[in-house]
Amino acid sequence: MTDYSPQRTKILQGVTIAAVVLFIIAIYLDLFWVGPEKTQGEAQRIFYVHLGSFLGSFISFGATVWAGFAYLRTRNVSWDIFGLANVEIGLGFAAITIVTGMTWARPIWNTWWTWEPRLTSVAIMWLAYAAYIMLRSGIEDPERRRRFAAVYGIVAFASVLFTIIIIRVRPDTIHPVVAGPTQADPEGGFSVTGRIRDTLFFNLFTFAVITVVLVWHRIRLENLSQQVQWRKIQVLSEL
Amino acid sequence: MSETAHSKTDAKPKRTRVARPVTPYWRVVRAVVWKDLRAEVRSREMINSMILFTLMTVMVFSIALELDREARESTVTGVLWVTIVFAGILGLGRSLAAEKDRGSLDALLLAPIDRSALFFGKMIGNLLFVLVIALILMLLLTILFNISLMKPLLLAVVVLGCVGFTTVGTLLSSMSVYARAREAMLPIILMPAVLPVLIFAVRSSAAILEAKPRADWFPDVQLLAVADVLFIAAAYALFDFVVEE
Repeated sequence: MTDYSPQRTKILQGVTIAAVVLFIIAIYLDLFWVGPEKTQGEAQRIFYVHLGSFLGSFISFGATVWAGFAYLRTRNVSWDIFGLANVEIGLGFAAITIVTGMTWARPIWNTWWTWEPRLTSVAIMWLAYAAYIMLRSGIEDPERRRRFAAVYGIVAFASVLFTIIIIRVRPDTIHPVVAGPTQADPEGGFSVTGRIRDTLFFNLFTFAVITVVLVWHRIRLENLSQQVQWRKIQVLSEL
Repeated sequence: MSETAHSKTDAKPKRTRVARPVTPYWRVVRAVVWKDLRAEVRSREMINSMILFTLMTVMVFSIALELDREARESTVTGVLWVTIVFAGILGLGRSLAAEKDRGSLDALLLAPIDRSALFFGKMIGNLLFVLVIALILMLLLTILFNISLMKPLLLAVVVLGCVGFTTVGTLLSSMSVYARAREAMLPIILMPAVLPVLIFAVRSSAAILEAKPRADWFPDVQLLAVADVLFIAAAYALFDFVVEE
């Protein structure tokens, strides 16, 4: 059986409920509380989810690097499970980022997709972590799989850094930069002040909490599935 | 059942560090490079297939794109880098796979040397092959596309790009040799990881070919160099963990 203490399960249940409540409030803020943006109107509302989910994927992929180093140092299998959970959650959030971005780009840029640096690099980032999953499934020896996954999780973070840096160094991007300096003249930027800022910060906080909760659940799921496999082997060996 | 999955710890490899390695670092690197070069000169199995592959790729490109003069000028850097990458993957896949299949990888790992010296030996060997291919390719494109690619600056960018590409490639191909369907695995894991290098390489070589002012391509070259240094440092730190047995 699982050996989780009842308190920890209680805490997990608590933060799960908190995440759901926060998400409902965040959606309410996005859709009703914050007024439509001056030039972009209603389409701008999707931006809160867009940036929030990117933060989620950034946290997850960052945690994967941490998990990789920690696994290589301690060889504790739970770090590997932590890394895997983060990659899967991060992939989901990155997909949400791309889809919401495309939905926003259709009315604002008048196209679903354009081959400009930011969009290209985020697509590459997604592919890098999809390759992480492929690599795991391609290696049979579990110890070696964990080791390689840790190494690749660290190397693949180059694509995340690349995504973050690219719109700040390349002058030909049309993707808006919300925080920090840019050399570019983006299409569809807006100032983050007043209610827009408050809504943005609330969404970022909400998505950070959701990320943690999802990763936590994914870790428990992985532990359970490993126990199921362990049981199967036991039963088979008794036959 | 007392052992649960989340309290398990994999066995750590025993590290008996040689206080002072018997063989000096750079001699190990040189020995590995020399070994690879000599094996290649005698068998010529890798370089021949890479050269033929390069020729065919250029043919396929010119057929597929139905190149006229203008189209050639705008696509030549793309053709250059795509061909370098694919031919490079061909070579990288063989480099460690052959070593593993013959069992000589174990012998190399048993030797009382720094593992990173082994990595740099392998990487420099691969780099030399890829550079030979790149040079042949540039000559070929100069003749067939009638565009002079033989510019020192472009050559420097090609060298920088190939350094980054082979660094990541050698690290990742030493992982993919252990995978099922390893020929398919290498491109899948290599392409997204190496893209930061490739984008800057393609962009700066295109700008240099069009004889644009220095301000247009120099930042890209700088970023390319930074990416190279970062990848070399990462590979130096991580290769030990890939090959530990």
